[in-house]
Amino acid sequence: MSRPTSRALPRGVPAGLAGVLALAAAWEAYKALLPDDGWVLGDTRILPRTTDVAMPHLWDMVARAAEPLTSAADAEPLWLATLRGAGSTLGVAAVGWLTGVTVGLLVAVLMARFLPARAGLLPWVVLSQTVPLIAIAPLVKRWGSRLEIGALDWQDWMSVAVIASYLAFFPVAVGALRGFTSPDHASTDVHLELFRAYGVGWWATFWRLRVPASVPFLLPALRLAAANAVVGTVVAEVSTGLRGGLGRMIVEFGASASADPAKQWSPIAGAALVGLAATGVVALLGAGLRRYQTGEEAR
Amino acid sequence: MSRVREGALAVGAPAVVGVAAVVLWQATVTGLGIAAYVVPAPADIATELAANLQVVATAAFGTARNAALGLLVGTVAALVAAGVSAAWRLAADAANPLVTATAVVPIVCLAPVFYTMFGTDAQTARVVVAAIAVFVPVYVNTLRGLRTVAPVHRDLLRAHAATPWQATRHVTLPGALPFFFTGLRVASSLAVISALVAEYFGGPVDGLGKAITSAVASSRYALAWAYVVGAVVTGLVFYAVTTLLERLPDAGGSPSARR
Amino acid sequence: MSAVVATGVGRVFGPAGGAGGTVALSDVDLTVAAGELVSLIGPSGCGKSTLLRLVADLDTPTSGSLTVFGKTPARARADQDYGIAFQQAGLLPWRSVQANVELPLQLHGASRAERAARAAELLALVGLTDFAGHRPDQLSGGMQQRVAIARALARWPRLLLMDEPFGALDEMTRERLQDELLKIRAETGAAVVFVTHSIPEAVYLSDRVVVMTPRPGRVVADLEIALGSPAERAARGIALREDPAFFERVSTVREALHAGEAGLPARDRGAAGAPDRAGR
Repeated sequence: MSRPTSRALPRGVPAGLAGVLALAAAWEAYKALLPDDGWVLGDTRILPRTTDVAMPHLWDMVARAAEPLTSAADAEPLWLATLRGAGSTLGVAAVGWLTGVTVGLLVAVLMARFLPARAGLLPWVVLSQTVPLIAIAPLVKRWGSRLEIGALDWQDWMSVAVIASYLAFFPVAVGALRGFTSPDHASTDVHLELFRAYGVGWWATFWRLRVPASVPFLLPALRLAAANAVVGTVVAEVSTGLRGGLGRMIVEFGASASADPAKQWSPIAGAALVGLAATGVVALLGAGLRRYQTGEEAR
Repeated sequence: MSRVREGALAVGAPAVVGVAAVVLWQATVTGLGIAAYVVPAPADIATELAANLQVVATAAFGTARNAALGLLVGTVAALVAAGVSAAWRLAADAANPLVTATAVVPIVCLAPVFYTMFGTDAQTARVVVAAIAVFVPVYVNTLRGLRTVAPVHRDLLRAHAATPWQATRHVTLPGALPFFFTGLRVASSLAVISALVAEYFGGPVDGLGKAITSAVASSRYALAWAYVVGAVVTGLVFYAVTTLLERLPDAGGSPSARR
Repeated sequence: MSAVVATGVGRVFGPAGGAGGTVALSDVDLTVAAGELVSLIGPSGCGKSTLLRLVADLDTPTSGSLTVFGKTPARARADQDYGIAFQQAGLLPWRSVQANVELPLQLHGASRAERAARAAELLALVGLTDFAGHRPDQLSGGMQQRVAIARALARWPRLLLMDEPFGALDEMTRERLQDELLKIRAETGAAVVFVTHSIPEAVYLSDRVVVMTPRPGRVVADLEIALGSPAERAARGIALREDPAFFERVSTVREALHAGEAGLPARDRGAAGAPDRAGR
C-alpha cells in the first residue's frame, strides 16, 4: 500500500526549488524597487541599503567567483580559493567534531553508568547549552604562538579545533545520555525487565539494549554537533585570525567590500556549503542506521 | 533510594562538582604556574569581575539589547510564517529547503554583509543576525505544533460542525502552544549567541564580544574571562525569562497540558 | 421519523472505483428508529466504526444512501442533530472539565450563563459536579469518559453516536457506565448507535444488536433483544446481568457472530485471495 508514495517524486522538490528561486527573485526585486538608502526611521535604518555595494546583483556574485582572487598575475580564481578555504574549514571542523563526539560519548557512558556522575555533571552540561560558550573563541588566540605541551608544538588550527570540539561536545553528551537512559524512562517499555530476566550484567545490557535504543536520540545530536562544529570553526577562525579558512576570508573580503562587494559572497556561500556538507555526511551515517530508528512495531 | 537522598543528590552533586571544578582549576593554574593567556585562575577572574562589574554589565546590556530585539523580530516573523505554512501547504514546501539549510549553515557569516547593508556604525546587523537564527527553531517547532492535532480532536470539532476558525482557535492554537515555547526556549539561547558572535565579525565597539576581543588584544585575559562570565549570565537570564513565560497562567501551557 | 436510514451503503478505501481498494463496508442496510438503542458488534475490521463515522459525516460513503432524521448526514451534522463520543475521551487537556462540556455550546454561540447552567446540569447527570474545575488529566479514565458523554449531550441531541466509548475501561467501571448510559438514555429519549466488541455490553444496553463481519464489512444478523425499556433495565442492574434471559440473548449474539465468521473463508477466497486472518 505504501508503494505508490515511495515511487513518486517527493512532492516537496519542485516547491522547494520554487522557494529558492523566490528568495533570489525577492533579492533582486527588493534591490530594484527600493531606494538606494533603504528606509531610515529616526536614526535607525530599518530596511537595508540597496546599492551595488550593499546588495550586489546575484549574477555579479557568480561572475566574481569566476574571476581571479587578486589582481596578481598568478592568482587563482576566487571559486578555487573558496573551495580550498572550505576544505580547510571542513577539515578543522571534522577534527573538532570527532574529538567532541568522542569525549561526549565517553562522558555520556560515564553518566549512564554512575548515578552520582550523572547527578553531578548533567545539570552543568544541560545548563551549558543555554549559554554562549562560543564567547571564549578569542581566548585561545595566543595559544598557537606560545603553547608547548611536551613534544607537541601547538598549532593555531588546533586552537580552532578545540573551540569546535567544545561546541560539538555538549549536544552529544546530552543526546547520548538521553538515548542510553531511554529504556529507563519508557514506562511501557519491557526491554529493561527482559534483560533483567535474562540475568545479564550492565555492560551486556548497555551494548545490546542501551546503545541501539540511543540511535534515535544520538543522530540528531550528531547532526547538531556537526553544525555546531562548523559554526565554532568559522567563528574561531575569525576571532583567532587563522589563515587558510573561510572565516578569515569572510572578514577580509568584508573589510574590502566597498571596493569589491561581490567578492565576500563566495566564502559566505562556501560556509553554507561546509555546513550542508558536514550535516549531510552525518545524515548519510544516519541512513545506514535506519533500522534502529523505529521503535517496536507500534500499535 | 529515599526521596531525601535523591533530593540531596540532585542539589548536592552538581554543587560538589562545581566547587571541585573551580578548586581544581585554581590549584592547577597556581600550582603549575600556567600562564594567564592559556587560562587565568578563577580567583583572578572573580577579582577582575568585581573590579569591573559596571563595565561588564554595560557590555552585557548592549549585547542583551540586540539579542532581545532579534528574539522579538525573529519570533514574530516565525509565527507569521508558520501560520502561513500551516494554512498553505505549498508555502511550507517552498520554505522547507531554505529553513533546513538555515538550520545547519553558520548564519553569523552573513554579519559582514549586514554591516554593509545597514551601516557598520549601527546595531541593526546584529539584530538581524539574531533574528534569522531565532526564526528557524520558532518556525519549525510552531509549524510542527500547528500540524499536530490529535485525530480524535479533529473528529470532535468536525462532529460539532465547528468552523475552520473555531477549530483553529479551540484546538490547533492551544495545542501548538507548548511546541512554540519549546522553540522559543532554544531561540532565546541562539539569540544571545548570535548577537554576541556577530560582534566578532565587525560593527560598533560596544557589547560583550567586542569587549572580549579588545581585552584579549591588550592581554588582559582575566578581564576577558570576566566578560565571558557576563555572557554566561546573559544567556541564563534569557533562558530563565522564556522558561518563566511558559509558566504564566495566561499562556495556557501548563506543564501538565504538554503531551 | 427514523433516526438513521442506511440503504446499500458501501465504503471503499484506496483507489476510487474500488479496483484494488480495501472494501471496508459493503451493501449495508440499517434503520435506527427514533429513541432506539442499537449496538453494532463485530470483530476488528468489520466496518462498525466506519459505519458510525459515515452516519456522523466524518467520512463519506462511496455507494448507497444514508439519511439522518431524513436529512443528509452533512446537513444533520450542520444542524447538530447528534452528539458523539469516541473510544478516547478526547478532552482538550488545556480546558477544565466544565469548559470541555461547554465546548459544543461555545462553538454555537451560547452565552456564558447558558453554558454554565447546561454544564452544571450535565455534570450532575454524570455525577461529576465536584470535578467541574479539574483538569482532564486529574481524572481517571472512567471519569474522563463520563465528561466526554456529558459533552456529547450538551446540545440536546436526538441521536447519540458512541464508538467503543467504554473500550479502554476496566470491567467494573464499564458496567457502572453502562448503567449510567441506560439512565441517560431513559432521561433524554435520544436514539443511540453504540459500537462495541463486547457481547454482554451490546446485549445489556441495546434494543437491537446488529452483528457485522469483516472482509468486506457487512451486516449478517439483526437481533431484537427485548429485555425491557432502558429504565427497566437500569433499575434491574446486576439482577438483569445474571438473568437466564440475558444469557440466552448473549448466546444468540455469540452464535450469530461465529456463524458470520464461519461463513467467511469461502467467500473470502473469492475476494482476490485476501489473506484469511479471520481464522482461529
